[in-house]
Amino acid sequence: MKYNKRLLLKGNEAAVYGALIAGCDCYFGYPITPASEVAQTAAQLFPQLNRTFLQAESEIGAINMVIGGAAAGKRVMTGSSGLGISLKQEGMSYLAAYEMPALIIDVTRGGPGLGNIGPEQADYFQLVKGGGHGSYHCLVFTPNSAQEMCDMSIKAFELAEKYRMPAYVMADGVIGQMMESVLLPEPKEFDYDPEWKMGRYVNGEAQVITSIYMEYNDLEALNNRLQAKYREIEKNEQSYEEYMADDAEVLIVAYGICSRIARGVVDTMRADGVKVGLVRPKMVYPFPVDPLKKHVENGTVKAVMSLEMSAGQMIEDVRLAVECKVPVYLQNRMGGNIPSGAEVVEGVRTILKEIAK
Amino acid sequence: MAKKHRIEISFDECKGCGRCLLACPKKLLAMGKEINKQGYTAVEVAEPTNCIGCGACFYQCPEPGAITIYEIVED
Amino acid sequence: MSMEKVKFGRSKVFFDPFNRRPGPIKKNMHYCPGCGHGILHKLIAEAIEHYGIQQDVAFIAPVGCAVFAYYYFNTGAISVPHGRAPAVGTGVGRANPEKFVISYQGDGDLAAIGFNEFIQAANRGEKMTIFFVNNTNYGMTGGQMAPTTLPGQKTTTTPFGRNPLTEGYPINVSSLINTLTSPVYIERVALTSTARIAAAKKAVYKGIENLRDRKGFSFIEVLAPCPINLRMTTEQLNDFIENKMTEFFPIGCVRDRSAETAVGELPPATIHEPAEVMAKLFPLRQEGGVADDFRNDSEIFNRELRIRMSGFGGQGILSLGHNFANMARLRNFNVSWMPSYGPEQRGGAASCAVILSRGVISNPMVDNNCDLLIALTQMALDKFGHQLSDNGILIYDRSAMSKPEVKGNQKVFGLDALAIANSVGNPKCANSVILGALAVILKKYAPLTEGDAADYDKVYREALTESFGSKPKVLEQNFAAFEAGKAAMAAEL
Repeated sequence: MKYNKRLLLKGNEAAVYGALIAGCDCYFGYPITPASEVAQTAAQLFPQLNRTFLQAESEIGAINMVIGGAAAGKRVMTGSSGLGISLKQEGMSYLAAYEMPALIIDVTRGGPGLGNIGPEQADYFQLVKGGGHGSYHCLVFTPNSAQEMCDMSIKAFELAEKYRMPAYVMADGVIGQMMESVLLPEPKEFDYDPEWKMGRYVNGEAQVITSIYMEYNDLEALNNRLQAKYREIEKNEQSYEEYMADDAEVLIVAYGICSRIARGVVDTMRADGVKVGLVRPKMVYPFPVDPLKKHVENGTVKAVMSLEMSAGQMIEDVRLAVECKVPVYLQNRMGGNIPSGAEVVEGVRTILKEIAK
Repeated sequence: MAKKHRIEISFDECKGCGRCLLACPKKLLAMGKEINKQGYTAVEVAEPTNCIGCGACFYQCPEPGAITIYEIVED
Repeated sequence: MSMEKVKFGRSKVFFDPFNRRPGPIKKNMHYCPGCGHGILHKLIAEAIEHYGIQQDVAFIAPVGCAVFAYYYFNTGAISVPHGRAPAVGTGVGRANPEKFVISYQGDGDLAAIGFNEFIQAANRGEKMTIFFVNNTNYGMTGGQMAPTTLPGQKTTTTPFGRNPLTEGYPINVSSLINTLTSPVYIERVALTSTARIAAAKKAVYKGIENLRDRKGFSFIEVLAPCPINLRMTTEQLNDFIENKMTEFFPIGCVRDRSAETAVGELPPATIHEPAEVMAKLFPLRQEGGVADDFRNDSEIFNRELRIRMSGFGGQGILSLGHNFANMARLRNFNVSWMPSYGPEQRGGAASCAVILSRGVISNPMVDNNCDLLIALTQMALDKFGHQLSDNGILIYDRSAMSKPEVKGNQKVFGLDALAIANSVGNPKCANSVILGALAVILKKYAPLTEGDAADYDKVYREALTESFGSKPKVLEQNFAAFEAGKAAMAAEL
């Protein structure tokens, strides 16, 4: 083999490799820690393929350039973090309404406010629940390794285009900053000519991309169409990994770096004979309702732990998924702190004591 | 010999703003009395073929097709 | 026999009828009687038709009265968030340089909420033409104050007249962007008398011609009548524009570099052909590499190895970890390298954790059971010393601290890494000195098989060649440092 396909990459870098391999033509972004390497890698690599890297004047500028690029019929991406994503929400709402795909890498940081550059997962609500105005969703991938940063950026384009909607790859600061060996997939033949692209003439009339519907019934029809699409996605696209979940009494639900810690905890505690398992969402929109429901209905699960680096955001979806049939406990750290394995082990033991009462 | 022209105002497309009246160098246009289907009093042309084809009224008119000016070509 | 042909009539760039417009009226635009937008729309449509670019126009419709411009122009179009037209236009033009981007914006859209997007696009010299309709108020929302409202002018949000001391003066946008280097063409026109409209038509044509010729950024500010919100007749409006507005917004060409600006070229085509993409993105495999199923056979590699490297920023600690992780990666290990990161770009404490494993690396944090600790400062040792397992190996910089205490079966090795690196002529090679020392230590204490010990040297050279292949001198210095580190540690043992 002529090329070395196994590289040592930061998650942030791997995401850009993935996007390029997926055929992404343009990167528009604004510098922000801890997502800096996303833009820096894009600045290095995009021009080598005669593709576009442009540093935007602002987060708002960047997401609107993404809108323009998508409208022009190209694969486009941006990257940001927490407060930058807050600023992009206007554009996200428009992208959802236009029904245009785009890839947004969010390397989350501590909040609220300026917060800090430590890892948090407190962007959950703004990514999963919509985030901007109007009733909409975005696809949200939650990689837990540099390899998945690459693979999920590719997958994100695929689903974003299939369903015509924007997709986030949501990484915490650890997954973004950590380097791991990544096996790069080979680029595929390129064929991209989306039907919505601006300037396509149908029966002599130029297509338009718009989100304004003055007739109430027209706007309601758009909303109905979007919601039908979301129900289809919730049914078909749940993505997750289970680890020793089948006979688990305590089920940990964790994504991103938390899922790596949780996996270590499962190994440690199983060695001591404690029946603990893990369900790791690989996407949090759509949320993996089915496996959680299944394990709870099987009757082995006595309690669920939502392990997150936020104040209890994912836990709402966990509770909805298990329909409050078993207690759901929050185990979390915030402010840039990462839960240690020991803390989580202790948390599981506390839950076991609680449910034994 | 000077070319001949004819001005035509599409009655229902006029919003009666009157910009054309002010612009016409030959003062051919006048505010009419009839109300069109948009609810505006439309402009009328007294003598359409006295038009010199300068286009002033056309470019003053904010509507795309309310005013059309034809050049009359003799065979 | 006489025939008639249209001399002035509805442009073919307009839809006919306007089917996109809701309601029964399909021949007219939605603008108020006497509004300047309609006049400007006609001029733009005519210019697009004249220059034959209709099929590739990307018309960016703003928020404001012209939000529905795409009801009328039969061109590619997008209706965008308030003020963001120049950013969206930038995206369109950069993504597809064959498009002719027209941004059509009002004074609130461009000069208030979207000023940054506008001025930055102007400064970058984006290949677009912006039509800026200045009618001194927010029309669509009902006549509120705009950045262009005149001092004393009453609007629905300045019911007592705009007070410049509290609400500022009208913004002269054309003059402002005339301070920038990039714009090619800037002109202010007015839609008042027939002569003024003729001048406006010339400016619009020039703006569209520049667009066709991809010359860069053209900006045409249009002083336009807004009869309903300003509550004026056509005559009053003409007077207002000519005598009041021009005091702040003088009519005329502000800049025209159209003639001396070369016709723009399309950028080279994007590369998507898989073989070519791989050639650009993937590094060439170095000589001496191993097959995908190669496994080093020393027993120590059957378990996960957790390593912490720490010191001051600038000592090359992160590079040390990076090089070591690369060596592991080149021998098909799963490897993670995690830096501590902070806002300090230089100096301060720096550390990284490296884990290599044949299996899945669960928790990439090294917080206990550290197998190997490399500490180059006392502070680093104080912070991470307790993480070293009872059987762990510690390498410390002897010049920075006295020999640390040992617990359990820990093995401790001192090294003058920096001094040795200096002796080979490059202090940045300290991490190669350490990797050399580590070769000797691992061989004896890991222990490594004979084959793996030899392979360590080989993979070190592969990793370094991958990083510094283009800098033979740096590479040679590092190789020398590596050998010096080996020799120093061998002497020590």
